[in-house]
Amino acid sequence: MAKARVKAPKSVKKGEVFEVKALISHNMETGLRKDKKTGKTIPRKIINKLSVTYGGKEVFGSDWHPAVSANPYVSFFVRASESGPIKFVWTEDGGGVTEKSVDILVA
Amino acid sequence: MKKQFQGILMGAAVAVGLSSFAGIAISAEKMVYKSGDRNSGYTYATKETQAIQDDDLGNPAYIYVDDGAALWSKVDGKAGKSCATCHGVESAMLSDLATRYPVYNAKLGKMQNIEQKINQEREEKMGAKPYKWESGQMLALTIYMRNQSRGKPMNVSIDGPAVPFFEAGKKYFDQRRGQLDMSCKNCHEYYAGNRIRANMLTEAQSNGFPTYRLKWQKPGSLHRRFRGCNSTVRAQPLAYGSDEYVNLELYVAWRGRGLSVEAPSVRN
Repeated sequence: MAKARVKAPKSVKKGEVFEVKALISHNMETGLRKDKKTGKTIPRKIINKLSVTYGGKEVFGSDWHPAVSANPYVSFFVRASESGPIKFVWTEDGGGVTEKSVDILVA
Repeated sequence: MKKQFQGILMGAAVAVGLSSFAGIAISAEKMVYKSGDRNSGYTYATKETQAIQDDDLGNPAYIYVDDGAALWSKVDGKAGKSCATCHGVESAMLSDLATRYPVYNAKLGKMQNIEQKINQEREEKMGAKPYKWESGQMLALTIYMRNQSRGKPMNVSIDGPAVPFFEAGKKYFDQRRGQLDMSCKNCHEYYAGNRIRANMLTEAQSNGFPTYRLKWQKPGSLHRRFRGCNSTVRAQPLAYGSDEYVNLELYVAWRGRGLSVEAPSVRN
């Protein structure tokens, strides 16, 4: 449904704390706006959940609400433990899912 | 109303690094935000807004840079060509394109800006349908193209055939209009740096356009900005791509000479 970009270092040292950044393109329709022509409320369609796993374990999880802007951006820090993929899963209203993963090499 | 915040959920990421994406990465120190007495809109933005622009991943308009890069190489129209067919995937022409436009087009006998040039090429060379002005595709392609000139100083030609159009643009800038009887100059030259209600007035520099405006929650073209200004002084906005706006674009680009191309910039 949407386009995502994830940025993380390709290789890190074991025990190092590194930053992961992600941006996804999404309208984040709040459900409060009205169509200017018809006057009807535009139904809510936002990303309501972001879950990030690192090597299969969840390291970052959040529930989102209508106050989150369009094209939401997230950044957080993780401690490097083992080589593995960091996988982002965004879930939108209605159940649509966008996934993006990057591989981390722990030296 | 849509909320006006860029959702920075966790921490403020300000790191500027080389990006593996399509965009041109220029370190912040190399950008020229002040040239003579001219200051980019960047210098009027809050630190938080500047941080979003400085971080190529945090800048939401970079999604459009990626899209634009794909459109550049996408074959469209009857001729079976893409932009890249003639110009190459890595076109040297793009490296200073944003600094030069709008330029005088002898065939049309008037100034032509990037959007108009794209549509002309699409129709004449590619046999494709022109893009609508403020469509996602047009924004993506113009953002991608202008982004390739990022960091280069604005340097439009106002000599020779461009002179009458430059004069017309200047006249439009200085001319009072609308129910509020205000010219561009009234705000953007006399009161730059002051607030007009909650908004910061800047010097009306065009070097960052198309800009990602947090209020719009998407990028917008320079002509959208012109139309917005026209209607806030309660004047009738002109059409996208009208001669008056293209002339104004030339004059505004000249006013910002020397400033780095910032496209896509982020403003509040």
